[in-house]
Amino acid sequence: MSTTTLFLLTIGLGIASYAYGRSRAYSVAKRHGGVRALHSLPSHYGMMVALWCALPALAIIISWKIIEPSLISNMLDSAIPQAIHDGGVEAVKLYKNDIGNLVDSEKIASIDNAEKKLAAERLTNLRSTSALALFVLALTVAIAGAALALRKIKPETRARHKVERVVKFFLISCASLAILTTIGIVFSVLFEATRFFQEVGFLEFVTGTKWSPQTAIRADQVGASGSFGAVPLFLGTLLISFIAMLVAVPFGLMSAIYLAEYASRPVRNIAKPLLEILAGIPTVVYGFFAALTVAPALRSVGESIGLSVSSESALAAGAVMGIMIIPFVSSLSDDVITAVPQSMRDGSYGLGATKSETVRKVVIPAALPGIVGGVLLAVSRAIGETMIVVMAAGLAANMTANPLEAVTTVTVQIVTLLTGDQEFDSAKTLAAFALGLMLFVVTLFLNIIALHVVRKYREQYE
Amino acid sequence: MSSLDQKASSSATTERVKASLRKRYAAEKRFKLYGIVAISASIAFLFLLMGSIISKGLPAFSQTYVNLNVSLSAEQLDIDPTATDSELRRANFSGVIKQAMRDRFPDVSKRRDKKALYSLISTGAEYDLYDRIVADRSLIGQNVNLWLIADDELSAIVKSKSDLSAPDSIVTRLTDQQVGWAKNLQDAGDVDVRFNRTFFVNGDSREPELAGIKAALMGSAFTLLITFTLSFPIAVASAIYLEEFAPQNRWTDIVEVNINNLAAVPSIVFGLLGLAVFINFFHLPRSAPIVGGIVLSLMTLPTIIISSRAALKAVPPSIREAARGLGASPLQVVTHHVLPLAMPGILTGTIIGLAQALGETAPLLMIGMVAFIVDIPTSVTDAATVLPVQVFLWADSPERAFLEKTSAAIMVLLVFLILMNAIAVMLRKRFERRW
Repeated sequence: MSTTTLFLLTIGLGIASYAYGRSRAYSVAKRHGGVRALHSLPSHYGMMVALWCALPALAIIISWKIIEPSLISNMLDSAIPQAIHDGGVEAVKLYKNDIGNLVDSEKIASIDNAEKKLAAERLTNLRSTSALALFVLALTVAIAGAALALRKIKPETRARHKVERVVKFFLISCASLAILTTIGIVFSVLFEATRFFQEVGFLEFVTGTKWSPQTAIRADQVGASGSFGAVPLFLGTLLISFIAMLVAVPFGLMSAIYLAEYASRPVRNIAKPLLEILAGIPTVVYGFFAALTVAPALRSVGESIGLSVSSESALAAGAVMGIMIIPFVSSLSDDVITAVPQSMRDGSYGLGATKSETVRKVVIPAALPGIVGGVLLAVSRAIGETMIVVMAAGLAANMTANPLEAVTTVTVQIVTLLTGDQEFDSAKTLAAFALGLMLFVVTLFLNIIALHVVRKYREQYE
Repeated sequence: MSSLDQKASSSATTERVKASLRKRYAAEKRFKLYGIVAISASIAFLFLLMGSIISKGLPAFSQTYVNLNVSLSAEQLDIDPTATDSELRRANFSGVIKQAMRDRFPDVSKRRDKKALYSLISTGAEYDLYDRIVADRSLIGQNVNLWLIADDELSAIVKSKSDLSAPDSIVTRLTDQQVGWAKNLQDAGDVDVRFNRTFFVNGDSREPELAGIKAALMGSAFTLLITFTLSFPIAVASAIYLEEFAPQNRWTDIVEVNINNLAAVPSIVFGLLGLAVFINFFHLPRSAPIVGGIVLSLMTLPTIIISSRAALKAVPPSIREAARGLGASPLQVVTHHVLPLAMPGILTGTIIGLAQALGETAPLLMIGMVAFIVDIPTSVTDAATVLPVQVFLWADSPERAFLEKTSAAIMVLLVFLILMNAIAVMLRKRFERRW
């Protein structure tokens, strides 16, 4: 009996008990003179029975499944030969894994080692006992719950209140999931990052200028310790983000101004969705375009005027990233520009200003906080953007402000450190989490400021 | 001071204004021009991007075949005529195909030349041959004319140039000799370009001509399924709570600020969360759509919650008051009246959120969905990759034929995204009500 079947069975029981509870409520009502005699609707009574039936049983299944692995692993200890126990905790863990794999691939019969075979059989045994116990327990609880609830179907039972309390609890827990996610992010990143900072000092990480995260396989190897100075990554990220903003802000802002102030309705109706398409294109597509079309083109242009352009130049990645962010800047600025009250424009026109003067001297200053907020959000996006830089920017951690050279970014390094083979304890993989922590803190900081500014601005004109 | 003086000074002002007017109008025109330039540059870029991808990707939808007379005698295949399907797998298909090529070009004798000759046919032709024989056992012992899949290099020159008579002008890794054979085949009408079915039914492969996107497509489908089943109910429940029931207190404030911030957290950070929590802590399988789906649903939740709240807010309070007046409980007001009215808006937001999830790559790299997947995944716990990650993987491949595969995969991805967005727009247009 697999867990999935049990799960579905419990839910099926719940549905059945809903139907039964409802019909039971009808028959109870008949005895007391119609449905009006009941406190709640018959369907509420049905719901009550279903919840009493399924919820405890499901809770038991889930908690059982969480506890089960460690419990079985402990009970397996007795079946493991003493020689392995003497080898320490790691050896036992390895042995258990081995047995687990053998059982999973159904190869018990082919095991030639008698002790191993014994342990494997014990594991199979334990597993089937556990499954049976869970099955019996879950079904008993489900049926008992339903029976208990069925006895409660009386005219004076406030079934609706009971059901609604459960539903409301569900709603609250769903809403709180957002907090749980944030806590999960903070803890997972922080936990691994502190482990990293125990090996590599925090100061070395934020002030070091040499980044080469290769850690040696043997301790006596040449260059055994990698160096984890993240300054080149921060500078690279800043350089690329700066180039991106250099493209995105003027183009995005001017597009927004044109769309909000000048464009006729048909132009607006065509141009806006087109810009939205630009926003909806996956970043991996931009990355592909940057790496295989823009970068070679820049390189050949550079060569023709005698400049040496790296094939993974910061310029290519930054420019394409800027184009990706144009719609983001433009739609945010569009919102704030249209939120500026018409009376302010009318006042400016009344004093004889032209349209562009009105925009420059009245509308933009009035909308400035909102625009700044939008730009800050865009910066945070540029810093956190991954695929474009992974595909188009380099891996070499150069410290340069020359946009024609290759630089690397925080996100590129996170991806490179964590893809491919990894053991989870090396400083190399832990460094990725330290970089992730930096990324999270910086973007969070930018977002909080930006959201605060935008919200404050909105209140001003509402 | 006389009125004359005043007149003179006012006419001087007029002069000055007039003189400055031209400048101001010019500035006005320039300003407007900047706007037009900005917007047309953005749109031009969009078309440039699309054009470059479509022009690169279109050739991938056709496949080149070579017609060969293959002799499928049992002894050449080195099998028993009564062999079972699994025994057939060991048959000497490559020998048969090589023999057919030697028969077609009898004057090729040197070993090196022969090898060059064989390389014109894809290794996939052997599997194709196996499939045909399993489907029709009577083929054994016959001489048949078969269309076999050509190698990607041959395919590339055939597709790029319909006439191979000027081999010098072709940029290819093939030797002149090979191009000569290709021309010979083409002149005889033994080369054909057909619709590339392989691309839609195969998984990934090291050979570009055999690589397909079905594994990635199925992976994307499974991942999106998980994302939808998790994020939709949770997001709707959160939105209902925050919009309809939440008291104005500190906790609600914290939740709201949290959701807004999560919407702007870089996607790669969610990948780190998935790696640390779901894979290293809960030991869920790596590379599996279930983990990808969970991570993506955490990522899309804020988007869906925010748009669902907007949809719920748009339902006028009079509806709620009327339902309350008729004796509905607060929960009944929501489930019977507000939610159905807000549903189109909620669905629109959900589809847009899912479209975002479909195009997402970075967090999936973190949880190991960047794998070489040949087998089509059949469940949410199988190792899988998704369409954007497949694009990422192929973009890294050195073979030129993978370039067109990448573009083609992007085209498929974009078609799905455009479809989803079109459905969202349609829903909004059709069901949106203004009170």
